[in-house]
Amino acid sequence: MLKYALLRLLGAIPTLLLVIVLAFLMVHAAPGGPFDDERVLSAEIEANIAAAYHLDEPLHRQFYRYFAGLLQGDLGPSYRYRDHTVSELIGTAFPISLKLGTMAMLLAVVFGVAAGSFAALRRNTLPDRSVMAFAMTGISIPVFVIAPVLVLLLAVKLQWLPAGWSGNEGAARFLLPVIALALPQVAYIARLTRASMIDVLASDFVRTARAQGLGTTAIVRYHALKPAMLPVLSYMGPAIAAILTGSVVVEEIFGIPGLGQFFVRAALNRDYTLVLGIVIFYATLVILLNLVVDILYGAIDPRIRQR
Amino acid sequence: MTTLFNIWRRMRENRAVMVSGGILIGIVIVAIVGPLISPHDYLQTNFDNLLQRPGTAGFHLFGTDDLGRDLFVRSMLGVQITIVVAVVASVVSLVIGVMYGAVAGYVGGRVDAIMMRFVDTLYALPFIFFVILLMVAFERNFLLIFVAIGAINWLDMARIVRGQTLSLREREFVDAARLTGVSTAAIIMRHIAPNLLGVVIVYVTLTIPQAILVESFLSFLGLGIQEPQTSLGALVDAGVNQMEGASWMLLIPAGLLATILLCFNFFGDAMRDVFDSRSER
Repeated sequence: MLKYALLRLLGAIPTLLLVIVLAFLMVHAAPGGPFDDERVLSAEIEANIAAAYHLDEPLHRQFYRYFAGLLQGDLGPSYRYRDHTVSELIGTAFPISLKLGTMAMLLAVVFGVAAGSFAALRRNTLPDRSVMAFAMTGISIPVFVIAPVLVLLLAVKLQWLPAGWSGNEGAARFLLPVIALALPQVAYIARLTRASMIDVLASDFVRTARAQGLGTTAIVRYHALKPAMLPVLSYMGPAIAAILTGSVVVEEIFGIPGLGQFFVRAALNRDYTLVLGIVIFYATLVILLNLVVDILYGAIDPRIRQR
Repeated sequence: MTTLFNIWRRMRENRAVMVSGGILIGIVIVAIVGPLISPHDYLQTNFDNLLQRPGTAGFHLFGTDDLGRDLFVRSMLGVQITIVVAVVASVVSLVIGVMYGAVAGYVGGRVDAIMMRFVDTLYALPFIFFVILLMVAFERNFLLIFVAIGAINWLDMARIVRGQTLSLREREFVDAARLTGVSTAAIIMRHIAPNLLGVVIVYVTLTIPQAILVESFLSFLGLGIQEPQTSLGALVDAGVNQMEGASWMLLIPAGLLATILLCFNFFGDAMRDVFDSRSER
Protein backbone atom coordinates (compact mmCIF):
# COMPACT_ATOMS: atom_id res chain seq x y z
CA MET A 1 0.00 0.00 0.00
CA LEU A 2 2.82 2.39 0.90
CA LYS A 3 4.56 1.53 -2.35
CA TYR A 4 1.38 2.27 -4.28
CA ALA A 5 1.01 5.64 -2.55
CA LEU A 6 4.65 6.54 -3.24
CA LEU A 7 4.36 5.57 -6.91
CA ARG A 8 1.30 7.77 -7.28
CA LEU A 9 3.11 10.64 -5.58
CA LEU A 10 6.05 10.31 -7.98
CA GLY A 11 3.63 10.24 -10.89
CA ALA A 12 2.16 13.57 -9.85
CA ILE A 13 5.48 15.42 -9.94
CA PRO A 14 5.89 15.58 -13.76
CA THR A 15 2.29 16.80 -14.05
CA LEU A 16 3.02 19.58 -11.57
CA LEU A 17 6.18 20.59 -13.43
CA LEU A 18 4.29 20.62 -16.71
CA VAL A 19 1.67 22.90 -15.19
CA ILE A 20 4.24 25.34 -13.85
CA VAL A 21 6.26 25.52 -17.09
CA LEU A 22 3.15 25.82 -19.27
CA ALA A 23 1.56 28.54 -17.15
CA PHE A 24 4.83 30.46 -16.89
CA LEU A 25 5.47 30.35 -20.63
CA MET A 26 1.91 31.40 -21.48
CA VAL A 27 2.13 34.49 -19.31
CA HIS A 28 5.57 35.43 -20.58
CA ALA A 29 4.64 34.95 -24.22
CA ALA A 30 1.98 37.62 -23.80
CA PRO A 31 2.36 40.66 -26.02
CA GLY A 32 2.80 43.93 -24.14
CA GLY A 33 4.18 44.47 -20.65
CA PRO A 34 2.47 44.07 -17.30
CA PHE A 35 2.68 47.82 -16.68
CA ASP A 36 1.09 49.00 -19.90
CA ASP A 37 -1.29 51.72 -18.88
CA GLU A 38 -2.91 54.78 -20.37
CA ARG A 39 -0.05 56.79 -18.92
CA VAL A 40 3.03 56.60 -21.14
CA LEU A 41 6.21 56.11 -19.14
CA SER A 42 9.60 57.33 -20.20
CA ALA A 43 12.08 54.74 -21.41
CA GLU A 44 14.26 55.09 -18.30
CA ILE A 45 11.37 54.46 -15.94
CA GLU A 46 10.27 51.44 -17.94
CA ALA A 47 13.78 50.05 -17.83
CA ASN A 48 13.90 50.63 -14.07
CA ILE A 49 10.60 48.86 -13.52
CA ALA A 50 11.70 45.98 -15.72
CA ALA A 51 14.92 45.70 -13.74
CA ALA A 52 13.09 45.83 -10.40
CA TYR A 53 10.89 42.89 -11.43
CA HIS A 54 13.79 41.12 -13.20
CA LEU A 55 11.97 41.36 -16.52
CA ASP A 56 15.19 42.35 -18.29
CA GLU A 57 16.77 38.96 -17.66
CA PRO A 58 16.64 36.15 -20.20
CA LEU A 59 13.57 33.92 -19.92
CA HIS A 60 15.30 30.89 -18.43
CA ARG A 61 16.85 33.01 -15.67
CA GLN A 62 13.42 34.44 -14.87
CA PHE A 63 12.04 30.93 -14.71
CA TYR A 64 14.76 29.72 -12.34
CA ARG A 65 14.12 32.70 -10.13
CA TYR A 66 10.38 32.07 -10.15
CA PHE A 67 10.76 28.35 -9.56
CA ALA A 68 13.22 28.84 -6.69
CA GLY A 69 10.75 31.21 -5.07
CA LEU A 70 7.93 28.76 -5.70
CA LEU A 71 9.74 26.00 -3.82
CA GLN A 72 9.79 28.30 -0.79
CA GLY A 73 6.14 29.20 -1.20
CA ASP A 74 6.92 32.62 -2.67
CA LEU A 75 4.89 33.44 -5.77
CA GLY A 76 6.35 36.89 -6.25
CA PRO A 77 4.82 40.36 -5.94
CA SER A 78 1.40 41.26 -7.31
CA TYR A 79 1.62 43.69 -10.21
CA ARG A 80 -1.58 45.54 -9.30
CA TYR A 81 -2.09 45.21 -5.56
CA ARG A 82 1.04 47.15 -4.63
CA ASP A 83 2.83 46.13 -1.42
CA HIS A 84 1.20 42.67 -1.43
CA THR A 85 2.77 39.41 -2.47
CA VAL A 86 0.73 36.87 -4.39
CA SER A 87 1.19 34.39 -1.55
CA GLU A 88 -0.28 36.86 0.96
CA LEU A 89 -3.29 37.48 -1.24
CA ILE A 90 -3.92 33.76 -1.71
CA GLY A 91 -3.47 33.27 2.04
CA THR A 92 -6.20 35.76 2.90
CA ALA A 93 -8.69 34.77 0.22
CA PHE A 94 -8.39 31.00 0.09
CA PRO A 95 -9.85 30.07 3.53
CA ILE A 96 -13.24 31.52 2.53
CA SER A 97 -13.27 29.56 -0.74
CA LEU A 98 -12.16 26.45 1.10
CA LYS A 99 -15.06 26.73 3.54
CA LEU A 100 -17.52 27.29 0.71
CA GLY A 101 -16.14 24.42 -1.38
CA THR A 102 -16.05 21.93 1.49
CA MET A 103 -19.64 22.62 2.44
CA ALA A 104 -20.78 22.30 -1.17
CA MET A 105 -18.88 19.04 -1.56
CA LEU A 106 -20.38 17.52 1.61
CA LEU A 107 -23.87 18.59 0.56
CA ALA A 108 -23.33 17.15 -2.92
CA VAL A 109 -22.17 13.75 -1.66
CA VAL A 110 -24.85 13.37 1.01
CA PHE A 111 -27.80 14.43 -1.14
CA GLY A 112 -26.45 12.92 -4.34
CA VAL A 113 -25.92 9.48 -2.84
CA ALA A 114 -29.25 9.61 -1.02
CA ALA A 115 -31.20 10.66 -4.12
CA GLY A 116 -29.39 8.16 -6.34
CA SER A 117 -29.99 5.22 -3.98
CA PHE A 118 -33.62 6.24 -3.54
CA ALA A 119 -34.09 6.29 -7.32
CA ALA A 120 -32.33 2.95 -7.78
CA LEU A 121 -34.59 1.27 -5.21
CA ARG A 122 -37.69 2.59 -6.97
CA ARG A 123 -36.45 1.95 -10.46
CA ASN A 124 -38.77 2.94 -13.33
CA THR A 125 -41.41 4.43 -11.07
CA LEU A 126 -42.56 8.03 -11.00
CA PRO A 127 -40.24 9.03 -8.10
CA ASP A 128 -37.28 7.54 -9.98
CA ARG A 129 -38.17 9.36 -13.18
CA SER A 130 -38.59 12.67 -11.34
CA VAL A 131 -35.21 12.32 -9.62
CA MET A 132 -33.56 11.52 -12.95
CA ALA A 133 -35.28 14.38 -14.78
CA PHE A 134 -34.10 16.70 -12.03
CA ALA A 135 -30.60 15.26 -12.36
CA MET A 136 -30.51 15.84 -16.13
CA THR A 137 -31.62 19.43 -15.61
CA GLY A 138 -29.05 19.96 -12.87
CA ILE A 139 -26.25 18.61 -15.05
CA SER A 140 -27.22 20.68 -18.08
CA ILE A 141 -27.76 24.06 -16.47
CA PRO A 142 -24.59 25.90 -15.49
CA VAL A 143 -23.94 27.40 -12.05
CA PHE A 144 -24.03 30.94 -13.40
CA VAL A 145 -27.63 30.41 -14.50
CA ILE A 146 -28.78 28.53 -11.38
CA ALA A 147 -27.24 30.99 -8.92
CA PRO A 148 -28.83 34.24 -10.16
CA VAL A 149 -32.21 32.55 -10.70
CA LEU A 150 -32.10 31.24 -7.11
CA VAL A 151 -31.22 34.72 -5.89
CA LEU A 152 -34.06 36.25 -7.89
CA LEU A 153 -36.54 33.73 -6.55
CA LEU A 154 -35.50 33.18 -2.92
CA ALA A 155 -33.83 36.47 -2.07
CA VAL A 156 -35.37 39.20 -4.25
CA LYS A 157 -38.96 37.98 -4.71
CA LEU A 158 -39.64 35.85 -1.61
CA GLN A 159 -37.01 37.50 0.63
CA TRP A 160 -36.38 34.28 2.55
CA LEU A 161 -32.62 34.40 2.35
CA PRO A 162 -30.03 37.16 2.15
CA ALA A 163 -28.83 37.79 -1.42
CA GLY A 164 -25.40 39.22 -0.77
CA TRP A 165 -22.38 38.51 1.32
CA SER A 166 -21.57 41.87 2.84
CA GLY A 167 -23.96 43.21 5.46
CA ASN A 168 -25.03 39.73 6.47
CA GLU A 169 -23.67 37.59 9.25
CA GLY A 170 -23.58 33.95 10.23
CA ALA A 171 -24.58 30.81 8.38
CA ALA A 172 -27.47 32.31 6.39
CA ARG A 173 -25.15 34.07 3.97
CA PHE A 174 -23.50 30.75 3.11
CA LEU A 175 -26.76 29.01 2.31
CA LEU A 176 -27.54 30.24 -1.22
CA PRO A 177 -23.96 30.16 -2.53
CA VAL A 178 -23.45 26.64 -1.20
CA ILE A 179 -26.73 25.39 -2.70
CA ALA A 180 -25.95 26.96 -6.09
CA LEU A 181 -22.47 25.48 -6.07
CA ALA A 182 -23.59 22.02 -4.96
CA LEU A 183 -26.65 21.55 -7.17
CA PRO A 184 -24.94 20.37 -10.40
CA GLN A 185 -22.77 18.00 -8.37
CA VAL A 186 -25.78 16.63 -6.48
CA ALA A 187 -27.30 15.89 -9.88
CA TYR A 188 -24.21 14.20 -11.27
CA ILE A 189 -23.57 12.11 -8.16
CA ALA A 190 -27.24 11.07 -8.06
CA ARG A 191 -26.95 9.72 -11.61
CA LEU A 192 -23.70 7.91 -10.85
CA THR A 193 -25.06 6.39 -7.64
CA ARG A 194 -28.28 5.26 -9.28
CA ALA A 195 -26.45 3.44 -12.09
CA SER A 196 -23.96 1.70 -9.82
CA MET A 197 -26.58 0.91 -7.15
CA ILE A 198 -28.70 -0.84 -9.78
CA ASP A 199 -25.66 -2.90 -10.77
CA VAL A 200 -24.82 -3.78 -7.19
CA LEU A 201 -28.40 -4.67 -6.29
CA ALA A 202 -28.37 -7.21 -9.13
CA SER A 203 -25.20 -8.92 -7.87
CA ASP A 204 -24.98 -12.35 -6.23
CA PHE A 205 -24.06 -11.25 -2.72
CA VAL A 206 -27.15 -9.04 -2.54
CA ARG A 207 -29.31 -11.97 -3.65
CA THR A 208 -27.72 -14.10 -0.95
CA ALA A 209 -28.38 -11.46 1.69
CA ARG A 210 -31.96 -11.23 0.53
CA ALA A 211 -32.31 -15.02 0.66
CA GLN A 212 -31.14 -14.92 4.24
CA GLY A 213 -34.11 -12.69 4.98
CA LEU A 214 -32.45 -9.29 5.33
CA GLY A 215 -34.67 -6.26 4.75
CA THR A 216 -33.97 -3.74 2.00
CA THR A 217 -32.73 -1.08 4.42
CA ALA A 218 -30.22 -3.44 5.99
CA ILE A 219 -29.03 -4.70 2.61
CA VAL A 220 -28.41 -1.20 1.32
CA ARG A 221 -26.82 -0.04 4.54
CA TYR A 222 -24.50 -2.96 5.25
CA HIS A 223 -23.88 -4.53 1.85
CA ALA A 224 -24.75 -2.45 -1.17
CA LEU A 225 -23.84 1.11 -0.23
CA LYS A 226 -20.07 0.67 -0.01
CA PRO A 227 -19.49 -0.98 -3.40
CA ALA A 228 -22.04 1.33 -5.00
CA MET A 229 -20.04 4.34 -3.76
CA LEU A 230 -16.86 3.39 -5.66
CA PRO A 231 -17.75 5.24 -8.90
CA VAL A 232 -18.72 8.24 -6.77
CA LEU A 233 -15.31 8.16 -5.14
CA SER A 234 -13.54 8.11 -8.49
CA TYR A 235 -15.69 11.05 -9.58
CA MET A 236 -14.36 13.10 -6.64
CA GLY A 237 -11.40 14.34 -8.71
CA PRO A 238 -13.49 15.93 -11.50
CA ALA A 239 -15.98 17.09 -8.85
CA ILE A 240 -13.27 19.03 -7.04
CA ALA A 241 -12.23 20.70 -10.28
CA ALA A 242 -15.86 21.53 -11.09
CA ILE A 243 -16.47 23.03 -7.65
CA LEU A 244 -13.33 25.17 -7.93
CA THR A 245 -14.51 26.44 -11.32
CA GLY A 246 -18.02 26.95 -10.01
CA SER A 247 -16.79 28.88 -7.00
CA VAL A 248 -15.24 31.46 -9.34
CA VAL A 249 -18.73 32.22 -10.65
CA VAL A 250 -20.54 31.92 -7.33
CA GLU A 251 -18.12 34.24 -5.54
CA GLU A 252 -18.52 36.76 -8.35
CA ILE A 253 -22.34 36.64 -8.18
CA PHE A 254 -22.66 36.79 -4.41
CA GLY A 255 -19.74 39.16 -3.88
CA ILE A 256 -17.81 36.74 -1.68
CA PRO A 257 -14.21 37.89 -1.16
CA GLY A 258 -12.70 34.46 -1.86
CA LEU A 259 -9.95 33.31 -4.17
CA GLY A 260 -12.30 32.94 -7.14
CA GLN A 261 -13.22 36.59 -7.03
CA PHE A 262 -9.57 37.57 -6.75
CA PHE A 263 -8.87 35.41 -9.76
CA VAL A 264 -11.52 37.06 -11.94
CA ARG A 265 -10.46 40.54 -10.83
CA ALA A 266 -6.83 39.69 -11.52
CA ALA A 267 -7.74 38.33 -14.96
CA LEU A 268 -9.73 41.47 -15.85
CA ASN A 269 -6.94 43.75 -14.48
CA ARG A 270 -4.25 41.77 -16.29
CA ASP A 271 -2.39 41.24 -13.02
CA TYR A 272 -0.06 38.69 -14.60
CA THR A 273 1.74 37.47 -11.52
CA LEU A 274 -1.45 37.09 -9.50
CA VAL A 275 -3.20 35.15 -12.28
CA LEU A 276 -0.13 32.98 -12.76
CA GLY A 277 0.14 32.35 -9.02
CA ILE A 278 -3.53 31.45 -8.63
CA VAL A 279 -3.49 29.14 -11.66
CA ILE A 280 -0.48 27.31 -10.26
CA PHE A 281 -2.09 27.19 -6.82
CA TYR A 282 -5.39 25.82 -8.19
CA ALA A 283 -3.65 23.29 -10.41
CA THR A 284 -1.50 22.07 -7.54
CA LEU A 285 -4.57 21.78 -5.35
CA VAL A 286 -6.46 19.76 -7.97
CA ILE A 287 -3.50 17.47 -8.63
CA LEU A 288 -2.90 16.87 -4.91
CA LEU A 289 -6.58 16.22 -4.18
CA ASN A 290 -6.72 13.83 -7.15
CA LEU A 291 -3.74 12.08 -5.63
CA VAL A 292 -5.53 11.76 -2.30
CA VAL A 293 -8.60 10.34 -4.05
CA ASP A 294 -6.42 7.87 -5.97
CA ILE A 295 -4.71 6.67 -2.81
CA LEU A 296 -8.03 6.40 -0.96
CA TYR A 297 -9.41 4.40 -3.85
CA GLY A 298 -6.44 2.07 -3.70
CA ALA A 299 -6.92 1.68 0.05
CA ILE A 300 -10.59 0.78 -0.34
CA ASP A 301 -10.40 -1.38 -3.44
CA PRO A 302 -7.36 -3.70 -3.49
CA ARG A 303 -7.97 -4.61 -7.16
CA ILE A 304 -6.75 -1.14 -8.18
CA ARG A 305 -3.40 -1.54 -6.44
CA GLN A 306 -2.55 -4.63 -8.49
CA ARG A 307 -2.24 -2.69 -11.75
CA MET B 1 -26.22 5.03 -48.09
CA THR B 2 -28.33 2.31 -46.57
CA THR B 3 -26.57 2.79 -43.23
CA LEU B 4 -27.32 6.50 -43.24
CA PHE B 5 -30.91 5.72 -44.09
CA ASN B 6 -31.10 3.22 -41.23
CA ILE B 7 -29.71 5.76 -38.81
CA TRP B 8 -32.27 8.30 -39.96
CA ARG B 9 -35.08 5.77 -39.51
CA ARG B 10 -33.94 4.96 -35.97
CA MET B 11 -33.66 8.65 -35.19
CA ARG B 12 -37.23 9.16 -36.34
CA GLU B 13 -38.44 6.35 -34.09
CA ASN B 14 -36.71 7.87 -31.05
CA ARG B 15 -38.97 10.45 -29.46
CA ALA B 16 -36.20 12.17 -27.46
CA VAL B 17 -34.15 12.69 -30.62
CA MET B 18 -37.05 14.18 -32.55
CA VAL B 19 -38.32 16.44 -29.76
CA SER B 20 -34.96 17.83 -28.65
CA GLY B 21 -33.68 18.02 -32.23
CA GLY B 22 -36.86 19.77 -33.31
CA ILE B 23 -36.64 22.35 -30.55
CA LEU B 24 -32.99 23.04 -31.40
CA ILE B 25 -33.71 23.46 -35.11
CA GLY B 26 -36.64 25.75 -34.23
CA ILE B 27 -34.43 27.92 -32.00
CA VAL B 28 -31.75 28.15 -34.68
CA ILE B 29 -34.26 29.13 -37.38
CA VAL B 30 -35.80 31.83 -35.19
CA ALA B 31 -32.31 33.03 -34.25
CA ILE B 32 -31.38 33.43 -37.92
CA VAL B 33 -34.68 34.75 -39.30
CA GLY B 34 -35.80 36.81 -36.26
CA PRO B 35 -33.16 39.56 -36.48
CA LEU B 36 -33.82 39.89 -40.24
CA ILE B 37 -37.53 40.51 -39.72
CA SER B 38 -37.26 42.68 -36.62
CA PRO B 39 -37.23 46.44 -37.21
CA HIS B 40 -34.44 46.80 -34.63
CA ASP B 41 -30.77 45.97 -34.74
CA TYR B 42 -28.50 44.84 -31.92
CA LEU B 43 -26.54 48.11 -31.66
CA GLN B 44 -29.22 50.74 -31.78
CA THR B 45 -29.69 52.34 -28.35
CA ASN B 46 -32.77 54.29 -27.34
CA PHE B 47 -32.48 56.30 -24.17
CA ASP B 48 -36.17 57.20 -24.13
CA ASN B 49 -37.08 53.55 -23.84
CA LEU B 50 -34.84 51.95 -21.22
CA LEU B 51 -35.80 48.65 -19.57
CA GLN B 52 -39.14 48.32 -21.34
CA ARG B 53 -41.10 45.20 -20.30
CA PRO B 54 -41.46 42.37 -22.82
CA GLY B 55 -44.55 42.82 -25.00
CA THR B 56 -45.69 43.97 -28.39
CA ALA B 57 -45.22 47.70 -27.75
CA GLY B 58 -42.75 49.03 -30.29
CA PHE B 59 -42.21 45.42 -31.40
CA HIS B 60 -39.83 44.75 -28.49
CA LEU B 61 -40.95 41.14 -27.92
CA PHE B 62 -38.38 40.51 -25.17
CA GLY B 63 -38.36 44.12 -23.92
CA THR B 64 -35.30 46.36 -23.95
CA ASP B 65 -32.10 46.42 -21.89
CA ASP B 66 -30.57 49.16 -19.73
CA LEU B 67 -29.35 50.99 -22.85
CA GLY B 68 -32.70 50.69 -24.61
CA ARG B 69 -31.44 48.06 -27.07
CA ASP B 70 -33.92 45.49 -28.29
CA LEU B 71 -33.47 42.35 -26.21
CA PHE B 72 -35.04 40.00 -28.76
CA VAL B 73 -32.47 40.83 -31.42
CA ARG B 74 -29.65 40.73 -28.89
CA SER B 75 -30.77 37.36 -27.52
CA MET B 76 -30.99 35.92 -31.02
CA LEU B 77 -27.54 37.28 -31.83
CA GLY B 78 -26.39 35.66 -28.60
CA VAL B 79 -27.86 32.32 -29.67
CA GLN B 80 -26.15 32.59 -33.06
CA ILE B 81 -22.75 33.35 -31.57
CA THR B 82 -23.07 30.76 -28.82
CA ILE B 83 -23.94 28.04 -31.32
CA VAL B 84 -21.31 29.06 -33.87
CA VAL B 85 -18.58 29.10 -31.21
CA ALA B 86 -19.72 25.73 -29.90
CA VAL B 87 -19.89 24.08 -33.31
CA VAL B 88 -16.54 25.42 -34.48
CA ALA B 89 -14.90 24.52 -31.16
CA SER B 90 -16.35 21.03 -31.42
CA VAL B 91 -14.95 20.64 -34.92
CA VAL B 92 -11.53 21.71 -33.62
CA SER B 93 -11.72 19.16 -30.83
CA LEU B 94 -13.00 16.58 -33.28
CA VAL B 95 -10.06 17.02 -35.65
CA ILE B 96 -7.47 16.96 -32.86
CA GLY B 97 -9.17 14.10 -31.01
CA VAL B 98 -9.73 11.88 -34.04
CA MET B 99 -6.21 12.34 -35.40
CA TYR B 100 -4.60 11.82 -32.01
CA GLY B 101 -6.74 8.84 -31.05
CA ALA B 102 -6.46 7.20 -34.46
CA VAL B 103 -2.68 7.51 -34.54
CA ALA B 104 -2.29 6.20 -30.97
CA GLY B 105 -4.68 3.31 -31.58
CA TYR B 106 -3.31 2.37 -34.99
CA VAL B 107 0.41 2.61 -34.24
CA GLY B 108 -0.05 0.98 -30.83
CA GLY B 109 2.72 -0.33 -28.60
CA ARG B 110 4.99 2.12 -26.83
CA VAL B 111 3.84 5.13 -28.87
CA ASP B 112 0.27 4.41 -27.80
CA ALA B 113 1.28 4.05 -24.15
CA ILE B 114 3.15 7.37 -24.13
CA MET B 115 0.42 9.22 -26.01
CA MET B 116 -2.30 7.97 -23.68
CA ARG B 117 -0.20 8.70 -20.60
CA PHE B 118 -0.02 12.28 -21.88
CA VAL B 119 -3.82 12.39 -22.20
CA ASP B 120 -4.16 11.07 -18.63
CA THR B 121 -1.82 13.80 -17.43
CA LEU B 122 -3.84 16.50 -19.16
CA TYR B 123 -7.05 15.07 -17.70
CA ALA B 124 -5.90 15.95 -14.21
CA LEU B 125 -5.51 19.65 -15.05
CA PRO B 126 -8.18 22.24 -14.35
CA PHE B 127 -8.21 23.38 -17.96
CA ILE B 128 -10.59 26.23 -17.64
CA PHE B 129 -7.99 28.12 -15.62
CA PHE B 130 -5.51 27.74 -18.42
CA VAL B 131 -8.04 29.09 -20.87
CA ILE B 132 -8.52 32.10 -18.61
CA LEU B 133 -4.74 32.51 -18.48
CA LEU B 134 -4.69 32.43 -22.27
CA MET B 135 -7.45 35.03 -22.43
CA VAL B 136 -5.49 37.27 -20.07
CA ALA B 137 -2.20 36.87 -21.87
CA PHE B 138 -3.50 37.51 -25.39
CA GLU B 139 -6.06 39.77 -26.96
CA ARG B 140 -9.51 38.27 -26.68
CA ASN B 141 -10.50 37.42 -30.19
CA PHE B 142 -12.99 34.96 -31.59
CA LEU B 143 -10.42 32.67 -33.08
CA LEU B 144 -8.61 32.23 -29.79
CA ILE B 145 -11.85 31.32 -28.03
CA PHE B 146 -12.60 28.64 -30.63
CA VAL B 147 -9.14 27.15 -30.43
CA ALA B 148 -8.95 27.30 -26.64
CA ILE B 149 -12.29 25.58 -26.13
CA GLY B 150 -11.54 23.00 -28.79
CA ALA B 151 -8.21 22.33 -27.15
CA ILE B 152 -9.93 21.42 -23.89
CA ASN B 153 -12.52 19.08 -25.25
CA TRP B 154 -10.47 16.76 -27.45
CA LEU B 155 -9.37 14.47 -24.63
CA ASP B 156 -12.55 12.39 -24.41
CA MET B 157 -12.70 12.14 -28.17
CA ALA B 158 -9.10 10.93 -28.35
CA ARG B 159 -9.77 8.17 -25.80
CA ILE B 160 -12.89 6.92 -27.50
CA VAL B 161 -11.42 7.02 -31.00
CA ARG B 162 -8.33 5.17 -29.79
CA GLY B 163 -10.47 2.37 -28.38
CA GLN B 164 -12.39 2.01 -31.64
CA THR B 165 -9.21 2.11 -33.72
CA LEU B 166 -7.64 -0.65 -31.67
CA SER B 167 -10.40 -3.00 -32.76
CA LEU B 168 -10.63 -1.66 -36.32
CA ARG B 169 -6.98 -2.23 -37.13
CA GLU B 170 -7.40 -5.98 -36.65
CA ARG B 171 -10.03 -6.12 -39.39
CA GLU B 172 -9.40 -7.75 -42.77
CA PHE B 173 -9.78 -4.66 -44.93
CA VAL B 174 -6.98 -2.96 -43.01
CA ASP B 175 -4.77 -6.01 -43.52
CA ALA B 176 -5.63 -5.96 -47.21
CA ALA B 177 -4.69 -2.28 -47.51
CA ARG B 178 -1.43 -2.87 -45.68
CA LEU B 179 -0.57 -5.84 -47.94
CA THR B 180 -1.13 -3.80 -51.10
CA GLY B 181 1.39 -1.30 -49.80
CA VAL B 182 -0.79 1.62 -48.67
CA SER B 183 1.12 3.92 -46.32
CA THR B 184 0.20 4.17 -42.63
CA ALA B 185 -0.96 7.78 -42.99
CA ALA B 186 -3.21 6.86 -45.91
CA ILE B 187 -4.67 3.89 -44.04
CA ILE B 188 -5.55 6.08 -41.08
CA MET B 189 -7.07 8.81 -43.28
CA ARG B 190 -8.92 6.62 -45.80
CA HIS B 191 -9.75 3.41 -44.02
CA ILE B 192 -9.80 4.02 -40.27
CA ALA B 193 -11.25 7.55 -40.01
CA PRO B 194 -14.42 6.93 -42.10
CA ASN B 195 -15.27 3.91 -39.99
CA LEU B 196 -15.21 5.99 -36.84
CA LEU B 197 -18.15 8.07 -38.06
CA GLY B 198 -20.85 6.69 -35.75
CA VAL B 199 -18.97 7.11 -32.48
CA VAL B 200 -17.69 10.48 -33.55
CA ILE B 201 -21.18 11.81 -34.35
CA VAL B 202 -22.45 10.77 -30.93
CA TYR B 203 -19.55 12.36 -29.10
CA VAL B 204 -19.69 15.56 -31.09
CA THR B 205 -23.30 16.06 -30.05
CA LEU B 206 -22.15 15.61 -26.45
CA THR B 207 -19.14 17.92 -26.95
CA ILE B 208 -21.23 20.83 -28.24
CA PRO B 209 -23.01 21.49 -24.91
CA GLN B 210 -19.66 21.36 -23.13
CA ALA B 211 -18.23 23.91 -25.53
CA ILE B 212 -21.31 26.10 -24.98
CA LEU B 213 -20.71 25.86 -21.24
CA VAL B 214 -17.10 26.98 -21.52
CA GLU B 215 -17.87 29.84 -23.89
CA SER B 216 -20.77 31.17 -21.83
CA PHE B 217 -18.73 30.77 -18.63
CA LEU B 218 -15.96 32.94 -20.10
CA SER B 219 -18.40 35.50 -21.50
CA PHE B 220 -20.24 35.61 -18.19
CA LEU B 221 -17.00 36.53 -16.44
CA GLY B 222 -16.32 39.20 -19.07
CA LEU B 223 -13.41 37.27 -20.54
CA GLY B 224 -15.09 35.91 -23.66
CA ILE B 225 -17.19 37.66 -26.29
CA GLN B 226 -16.83 41.44 -25.91
CA GLU B 227 -19.38 44.25 -26.31
CA PRO B 228 -21.09 45.28 -28.57
CA GLN B 229 -21.09 41.66 -29.76
CA THR B 230 -22.84 39.40 -27.32
CA SER B 231 -23.45 35.80 -26.37
CA LEU B 232 -25.90 34.15 -24.02
CA GLY B 233 -23.32 34.10 -21.24
CA ALA B 234 -22.68 37.83 -21.59
CA LEU B 235 -26.44 38.50 -21.64
CA VAL B 236 -26.92 36.51 -18.42
CA ASP B 237 -24.15 38.57 -16.87
CA ALA B 238 -25.89 41.80 -17.91
CA GLY B 239 -29.17 40.39 -16.58
CA VAL B 240 -27.65 39.66 -13.16
CA ASN B 241 -26.86 43.36 -12.75
CA GLN B 242 -30.43 44.38 -13.58
CA MET B 243 -32.41 41.56 -12.01
CA GLU B 244 -34.08 43.52 -9.21
CA GLY B 245 -35.81 45.95 -11.55
CA ALA B 246 -35.85 44.04 -14.81
CA SER B 247 -36.00 40.32 -14.14
CA TRP B 248 -36.67 39.54 -17.83
CA MET B 249 -33.12 40.63 -18.68
CA LEU B 250 -31.92 37.69 -16.60
CA LEU B 251 -34.69 35.18 -17.18
CA ILE B 252 -34.88 35.32 -21.00
CA PRO B 253 -31.21 34.62 -21.83
CA ALA B 254 -30.94 32.22 -18.86
CA GLY B 255 -33.98 30.30 -20.10
CA LEU B 256 -32.66 30.18 -23.67
CA LEU B 257 -29.26 28.95 -22.54
CA ALA B 258 -30.80 26.32 -20.26
CA THR B 259 -33.14 25.10 -23.02
CA ILE B 260 -30.34 24.83 -25.58
CA LEU B 261 -28.07 22.95 -23.17
CA LEU B 262 -30.84 20.58 -22.06
CA CYS B 263 -31.81 19.82 -25.66
CA PHE B 264 -28.23 19.13 -26.72
CA ASN B 265 -27.71 16.82 -23.73
CA PHE B 266 -30.96 14.94 -24.35
CA PHE B 267 -30.16 14.75 -28.06
CA GLY B 268 -26.66 13.38 -27.44
CA ASP B 269 -27.91 10.83 -24.91
CA ALA B 270 -30.64 9.66 -27.27
CA MET B 271 -28.24 9.50 -30.23
CA ARG B 272 -26.10 7.14 -28.19
CA ASP B 273 -29.13 4.86 -27.91
CA VAL B 274 -29.71 5.13 -31.66
CA PHE B 275 -26.20 3.95 -32.44
CA ASP B 276 -26.14 1.37 -29.65
CA SER B 277 -29.22 -0.44 -30.82
CA ARG B 278 -27.82 -0.43 -34.34
CA SER B 279 -24.77 -2.36 -33.21
CA GLU B 280 -26.91 -4.85 -31.28
CA ARG B 281 -28.62 -6.01 -34.43
